[in-house]
Amino acid sequence: MKLMQLQRTMARAVMQPLTSSERMQGRAPDGGPMKRYASRFIKPNDRLTSFERLEIYNRQYWFRVLAALGEDFPGLCAVLGQGRFDAMARAYLIANPSRSFTLRNLGSRMESWLRKNPKWAGPNQELALDIARLEWADIEAFDGKTEPALRPDDLSIAAGPRMKLTLQPYVRLLSFRYPVDDLLLEVRKEDEDTDFASNTFQERRKRKRVRAVAKLKPAPIFLAVHRIDYTVYFRRLDQEEFSILTALRQGKTLAAAVEWAFRGSQIAPEERPLKVQTWFETWSTLGWFCRPEKKQAAS
Amino acid sequence: MSANRFNGFTDYGIGIGLRAPHYDHILTRKPVVDWFEIISENFMIDGGRPLDILDRILEQYKVVQHGVSMYFGSAEKLNREHLRRLKDLVQRTKTPWLSDHLCWGSVDGRYTHDLLPMPYTFEAARITAQKVREVQDFLEIPIAVENVSSYAEYHDSEMTEWEFLNEVVERADCGILLDVNNIYVSSQNHNFNPLDYVNSVPAERVAQIHIAGHSKYRKYILDTHDHPVIDPVWKLYERAIHLAGHTATLLEWDDSIPSFQEVHDEARKANRFLRATALAEAV
Ligand SMILES: [Fe+2]
Repeated sequence: MKLMQLQRTMARAVMQPLTSSERMQGRAPDGGPMKRYASRFIKPNDRLTSFERLEIYNRQYWFRVLAALGEDFPGLCAVLGQGRFDAMARAYLIANPSRSFTLRNLGSRMESWLRKNPKWAGPNQELALDIARLEWADIEAFDGKTEPALRPDDLSIAAGPRMKLTLQPYVRLLSFRYPVDDLLLEVRKEDEDTDFASNTFQERRKRKRVRAVAKLKPAPIFLAVHRIDYTVYFRRLDQEEFSILTALRQGKTLAAAVEWAFRGSQIAPEERPLKVQTWFETWSTLGWFCRPEKKQAAS
Repeated sequence: MSANRFNGFTDYGIGIGLRAPHYDHILTRKPVVDWFEIISENFMIDGGRPLDILDRILEQYKVVQHGVSMYFGSAEKLNREHLRRLKDLVQRTKTPWLSDHLCWGSVDGRYTHDLLPMPYTFEAARITAQKVREVQDFLEIPIAVENVSSYAEYHDSEMTEWEFLNEVVERADCGILLDVNNIYVSSQNHNFNPLDYVNSVPAERVAQIHIAGHSKYRKYILDTHDHPVIDPVWKLYERAIHLAGHTATLLEWDDSIPSFQEVHDEARKANRFLRATALAEAV
């Protein structure tokens, strides 16, 4: 066999889903028996058949990618419940095998895939989409790029309404239908607490959590996922505040962003200048603005 | 003998793998360690905490880069995005050499994230060596290829694993990261004498040595890096440095990671063999 052909043959088997008891399937990717498929290119030895040797790699593959996805989406797992999450993760990985040299990017298509495949998103699809999007934003905010920040001294509204401001690439701006920030923090806290607890205790806690999550009521929120000293934080924003930041990221001037954000706003016109000033001070204190040097990623 | 063109003519001693559970200990206690090996992929990112920690480590320690996803042996072309990010990191760490595995793991742009074994064929050796050369030219530093643990062999193979290793490094004119634990694991899984392997390695090309622990199952051994080094592996190590000289040595411990002190103590056991070699070289 040519090298490319051998590698395609092996990769198809290695990436084929396991059975429900986590063994290699009896049926090969070509529809024939896997025993025959494996013995075509893998040698047996005195202890293991070709099938069994190939199975080691098949299992390693699935254990590795499923574990990586589980680590990245504990919140989605809490929303779906472990059983449904595992089934969803397998379906996701079949549809979206890794196309990156790093496992970091494995979940990059989670939200868009769930949107197109709602049968995997559980009974509350909107909640599942929200939490998946937040968990991906968390990954991006964690190792996103930092440009040299403009500090409060470098900035003042007096610098002019035509001023264009660039947001730090690591800051993600998101709006949700559910308060998923609280949910994710709760899930993490529980995971930390149960790290030392027994298995049955953990299971009971998990089931309780799933029940609590199922009752979560919709409540629209606006969020900035950002960093302070390399730790990721979720910061709730007012709707108008969110709109200004989104407009700035799109390249609008500060004046245009403010005007756009307050269109149809409930905030009384006389209160607006003070609001904007307070927000602006907070953003600059948090170091969210940087010099508009290079083209930055969209939120 | 150990400082050679494949490790940038350095004479590094005993290092350990830089792992997250030890960050705090290293940065606050500043233990004396000859060098750290980092997994390149963990730092091929745009920013954030991992790069900050790396920069702080680099202020005090020597760092060597070790990769897990170059896949020299994959039949498909190299990933340009991967190479570009890797070069940025090489410039940051100033690693004197860079290692990755003699294996494959991706096909048609899909990644298994595993170190899959090569068929030991002349075609595979030619393709692999060509890719090692391309990476070496692009990164402008010496490359060392590491032998992997394997659990399967192919009908297609035309030579032994060590003959294949020789074939690749000669064609690519590159170095070797000799993993003696991987030799031991594969020798058990494929019924060969691990000393035959070690004895056949071109000693002048050995840039670095890996030692590690593994997990034994009923019918095979898995390379899990979650145990101390066992005696037969130390024996192979002793033989390897007898042939290659006082070589940069690194202990890998990636799972069930004990305290920094425990890992470091385990690594420093290599000293007994290194001292004996240094003495032998001196007389
Ligand atoms: Fe190794």
